[in-house]
Amino acid sequence: MDSKRRQFLLKTVQGAAVAACGGLIWAHLLRQEAAASVLALRPPGALAEVDFAAACIKCGQCAQACPYDTLRMARAEEVMPIGTPYFVPRDIPCYMCSDVPCVPACPTGALNPALKDISKARMGLAVIDAESCLSWQGLRCEVCYRVCPVKGDAISIQNHPRKTSKHALFVPIVHSDACTGCGMCEDACPTEEAAIRVINPKLVQGRIGSHYRLGWKSDTPITQEFQPSQLPAAAPALLPAEAPAPQTAPGMDTLNQGLEP
Amino acid sequence: MSAVFDSARESGAPRKPVRLYTPPATLGGKLWGWRYLILRRVTQIGILLMFFGTLHWGWRLMGAPLLRGNLSASEFVGIVPLADPFAVLQQLVSGHWLHTTVLLGAAILLLFYAVAGRVFCAWICPMNMVTDLAGWLRSKLGINDLFRLSRSTRYWILVMALVLSALMGVAAFEWVSPISMLHREIIYGIGLGLSAALGIFILDLLILKHGWCGHLCPLGAFYGLLGKQAWLRVRFDERSCTHCGECARVCPEPHVLNLRKAADKGRVDFGECTNCARCIPICPEDSLDFAWRWSVHPAPQTSTPN
Repeated sequence: MDSKRRQFLLKTVQGAAVAACGGLIWAHLLRQEAAASVLALRPPGALAEVDFAAACIKCGQCAQACPYDTLRMARAEEVMPIGTPYFVPRDIPCYMCSDVPCVPACPTGALNPALKDISKARMGLAVIDAESCLSWQGLRCEVCYRVCPVKGDAISIQNHPRKTSKHALFVPIVHSDACTGCGMCEDACPTEEAAIRVINPKLVQGRIGSHYRLGWKSDTPITQEFQPSQLPAAAPALLPAEAPAPQTAPGMDTLNQGLEP
Repeated sequence: MSAVFDSARESGAPRKPVRLYTPPATLGGKLWGWRYLILRRVTQIGILLMFFGTLHWGWRLMGAPLLRGNLSASEFVGIVPLADPFAVLQQLVSGHWLHTTVLLGAAILLLFYAVAGRVFCAWICPMNMVTDLAGWLRSKLGINDLFRLSRSTRYWILVMALVLSALMGVAAFEWVSPISMLHREIIYGIGLGLSAALGIFILDLLILKHGWCGHLCPLGAFYGLLGKQAWLRVRFDERSCTHCGECARVCPEPHVLNLRKAADKGRVDFGECTNCARCIPICPEDSLDFAWRWSVHPAPQTSTPN
């Protein structure tokens, strides 16, 4: 009787061990395969990559709805998460159809149905390699600017004057607030390897942080005529006069304050 | 075969002589014997073709794409959404609420398979053609199992798929499913995903008989649970049965042909039965046939057997 019980317990533990081994291997596969990819450029309206990986059922209806065959389904041998839709702008960019046919084709909501205006799409961000950009070398290229569907907003041309013997540089500048990541610029770039590329903004975009105040950009510029009373109420912390009076002797910093009995 | 039970239940009636299945000599007879096999292949390939033709040849019906998508989720003639209920269940368990379209699609198929039983496995799944080929070759070559594995393993894998979905935040089986890989690559372009089908072919041929569909596949397990009360069933006529065992020999899930239970119910009453109908033409006494659940009664009530 006791040995039967022992056998049963042992079998249970062994079964659990098999399940645990299998589960670990399976979980590892999932981390490899279903890991949110920073390399994949997703269709318009795609949810944040982690949510997209969970919500996309990999049916390919977005790819079928795309009139330009821009969207392709990742195969097992590709580096993209298997079975999910993505596009390669240098092959076929997103032509930004005004009716956005891919989004309503999505049955799960992995492509957010709230996206009606294609110019609000954020598929990626164009970045320029100034070292290989023809415009940055002094040629009058500006092809990316001309093909950009949100020309002027997403890509603008700045002139950089040079020495008198040379004409000014006319360089393309990408503005992340308007760039949809459609990739028409990358597709059209005439260099051997595209000098402008669309990638996931997370890979290149920094963030200044709220602790920096750019005085020259704020609504009340700090000039010689500046009066402290002009500062907006939101930023009074800078003024020592308005800070609460220190409770301890001058020279005691906050670290030392706690040491007082 | 354990599926064949003793004849003590036949209340002293003289037992019929046991006849074994003899393949018909004529071509027409052979074709008739293969009728369900042919129908199954036509259905499987037909559904693949509908997906493929809609994408690559622009097949349309009533002005709308015929069948857009793949087995995971699709849209029939631009109106009817369809979705793999197990994939949707995993996605919901992973903590993501989904759009109504795919929920409706899953509900439609959930209802269909609850009525029709585990027919996905035998009539729709493209992997079935791979495993059937492996099974056929295996019987020709007389290969033995490398090891034994409980057929309930699939239910543990099913549970694990749901647990992992919840833990990892993604549909755990959907991301590694060889069925989805095979089907997706047939529709959207052949790639390395076919290696999954090759692996299953090798498993079924050389390692374990019916290894994938009968032991491991959590999708089949899901449909098995769903089809427990299915309306479409294989009727069993105990009076004409001679217990020759031919049905259990060809059945990919032979434990469902527990003839004692079948005699009590008047039908093969297991969710794991895929309604593949291999047993129906093979039966020398015509004791098995498709019937609706409510139209069959246990043996004592049945009318004249023929």
